[in-house]
Amino acid sequence: MNKVLTAVFLMALVTYIPRVFPLAIFTRKIESRFFKSFLYYIPFAVLGAMTFPSILEATANFYSSLVGLVVALVLAYCEQGLMKVAMGAVLAVYLCELLITV
Amino acid sequence: MIDGAILKERKIELTEFSRGIKQGIPIALGYIPVSFTFGLMAVNGGIPVWIAILISLTNLTSAGQFAGVGLIIADASLFEITLTTFVINIRYMLMSLSLSQKITRMPLFKKCIMAFGITDETFAVASLEKKEVSFAYMMGLITCPYWGWALGTVLGAVTTSVLPEKLQSAMGIALYAMFIALFVPASKKSKAALVVVILAVCWSSVFKWAPYLNRISSGWSIIIAAIIAATAGAILFPRKEEQL
Repeated sequence: MNKVLTAVFLMALVTYIPRVFPLAIFTRKIESRFFKSFLYYIPFAVLGAMTFPSILEATANFYSSLVGLVVALVLAYCEQGLMKVAMGAVLAVYLCELLITV
Repeated sequence: MIDGAILKERKIELTEFSRGIKQGIPIALGYIPVSFTFGLMAVNGGIPVWIAILISLTNLTSAGQFAGVGLIIADASLFEITLTTFVINIRYMLMSLSLSQKITRMPLFKKCIMAFGITDETFAVASLEKKEVSFAYMMGLITCPYWGWALGTVLGAVTTSVLPEKLQSAMGIALYAMFIALFVPASKKSKAALVVVILAVCWSSVFKWAPYLNRISSGWSIIIAAIIAATAGAILFPRKEEQL
């Protein structure tokens, strides 16, 4: 049990450290135009890299994931907001999986 | 008069906080099925209910917790558990660095508190804010996801009957769909953002499927793909001074 608690503590520590260090250290605004541009694009880059291809393994079935991906893209393109896009994709995946197993 | 100024500041903080709360609700709803699965998996693997909940309260991360608990269950060494969790979480450094340039002036202890709540989703929402991000806003944004993550874990840990399998599987897409809802509208308006997203997707696909490169862990592949894509963005489309 002690080992498990130690593991939990260490996990919490190495999850917190990367979150806190840059935020605590970079107190000044960075002046370099290149680095500022780089940081401006980071959210888009991180989001893109996190979404694909992981999304294809997000559900029990490749094809239902693909349908969910397409539905989410279309709804997001129509600027439907976070909730609608998420719920629309979930619903599409659910219906798709019902159809597949019929 | 000083009292009036303080009162006004408090009022602004409250508005910021509630704006954050509002934006955090969809994130929290997306978290519940994920942390439900986490609680279920942990307890089925032999982890006590209270430890599973403790992990969610202290870690507040999805991939790291799943990997960490998987290794605990497999009786891996403390070194392996720590190193794996760390590698998966290194991506937070990029997010934290990016946020460091976007926050209002605040004392160090406030930064240390809000840093705890940086997740893929809270970062995505905060970093796409039009204006500077304040402490009150961040605390609002973090609150619901934090408790949603804990609630889902509790439900998953104590439950014996599982959600219908198909529904649970379908919920797996919710957070990814949310990511899409965040970057697609921005990419529609800006060609530069679109190019950066496409580059990031291409590189993370390379790290998934290309021979040899696919041995890189998913934690590293996100970081490397994001750095390549953002660097390319900065070279191809440097921001004009007035936009920065």
